[in-house]
Amino acid sequence: MSFDIDVVCSRGDFELAVAFQAGPGLTVLFGPSGAGKTSILNMIAGVLKPTRGRIAADGQVLFDSATRTDLKPEHRRVGYIFQDARLFPHLSVEQNLLYGYKLAPEAGRYAAPDHIIPLLGIGHLLERRPLSLSGGEQQRVAIGRAILASPRLLLMDEPLASLDDARKQEILPYIERLRDGLKIPILYVTHARAEVDRLAAAVIRIEGGKVVA
Amino acid sequence: MFELSPAEWEAVRLSLKVGFWSTAFSLPVGFFLAYVLARREFPLKSLLNGLVYLPLVLPPVVTGLILLMLFGTQGPAGKFLESVFGVTIAFRWTGAALAAAIMGLPLMVRAMRLSIEAVDTRLEHAARTLGASWWRAFFTVTLPLSLPGIIAGAILSFAKSFGEFGATITFVSNIPGETQTLPIAIYSFLQTPNGEGPAVRLAILSVVVSMAAIVGAEWMERRVTRRLRPA
Repeated sequence: MSFDIDVVCSRGDFELAVAFQAGPGLTVLFGPSGAGKTSILNMIAGVLKPTRGRIAADGQVLFDSATRTDLKPEHRRVGYIFQDARLFPHLSVEQNLLYGYKLAPEAGRYAAPDHIIPLLGIGHLLERRPLSLSGGEQQRVAIGRAILASPRLLLMDEPLASLDDARKQEILPYIERLRDGLKIPILYVTHARAEVDRLAAAVIRIEGGKVVA
Repeated sequence: MFELSPAEWEAVRLSLKVGFWSTAFSLPVGFFLAYVLARREFPLKSLLNGLVYLPLVLPPVVTGLILLMLFGTQGPAGKFLESVFGVTIAFRWTGAALAAAIMGLPLMVRAMRLSIEAVDTRLEHAARTLGASWWRAFFTVTLPLSLPGIIAGAILSFAKSFGEFGATITFVSNIPGETQTLPIAIYSFLQTPNGEGPAVRLAILSVVVSMAAIVGAEWMERRVTRRLRPA
């Protein structure tokens, strides 16, 4: 599986113009805050519309301004893990985990709850409400929720940034397991050097809305 | 002291009926307006906003007069309803319900709008990336999270409708059994000799209903904020 992006997005004075490819494994988008890294992920997920360009994953076009293709977020099968876990506060942990699982087309499901829940060590939390969990637990549930929707591409937007050091050490092994166990490309946004060194198979540096070599 | 006479019961029953139907009809309209005002940007949004909140600050007699000019038997909307549906609402309890709905709408929209604005749109985005359509995200995330505010809005609208006076008496007059709701009955009792007793009884009832509605609405609003913020 692979992933391809070549887009321009203008908003006011800021122009984001990026082109790169990513293969299976974990690719880090690395750069200072405000460089446009999150906007790139939002365009891939379909919650931010590029001004022009093309995005394709696994041979399918997600967005192409030339052919006016713009798949809705729910048709892109792109998993998104946010800096804040964004769990649904009115649903239990289990309902959160199964939200996307139930919506995924059966033929395309590759992640099973019986496998993913123990892998993330969240089996004992299923009955709980998200707001009663620690930050690290919330983020593990959010990771599980995204994986269980069986995405063909996984976006992670500074998933450790809001956690303290101990919690970061708690989550990192799980991310490594996913990186090694899943066959899909993972785009991982961070501005932390330590995470780049530990996780990255490939690094793409973003500065001022551009890819820099 | 608290034995209500048949005439007083009649007024209470009518007020409950008017309150129920006015709230039932306001709910979809009010929710649509609240959603649009909370989540959409469009030309003339401030004009729509002003129209919705206008009955809150306009003298109720003016709102009643406008309704009379529009929905009275000679008014354009009144003529339309009469000729197309064979329905007359002027001087009927349905007209009282319409006046009550218009007067209650600002309260309803305000409560609903606040609760919709409190729902983080990023949760809706999360739902979309998990495969939910716009409608599914709406029904599984936006609606349940704003539900306490919706209920609070409905309660406030009901309480307002239950006790609306100025616009109602202007638009549909004071007809016992048809348009003489609780506050209009209180007013009528005060115009008659020895009417203070029944007037005070109905007034106390009115205070109890209004108070219950405010407490209930507050409680609902607290629930929505508690659910959306970390414990």
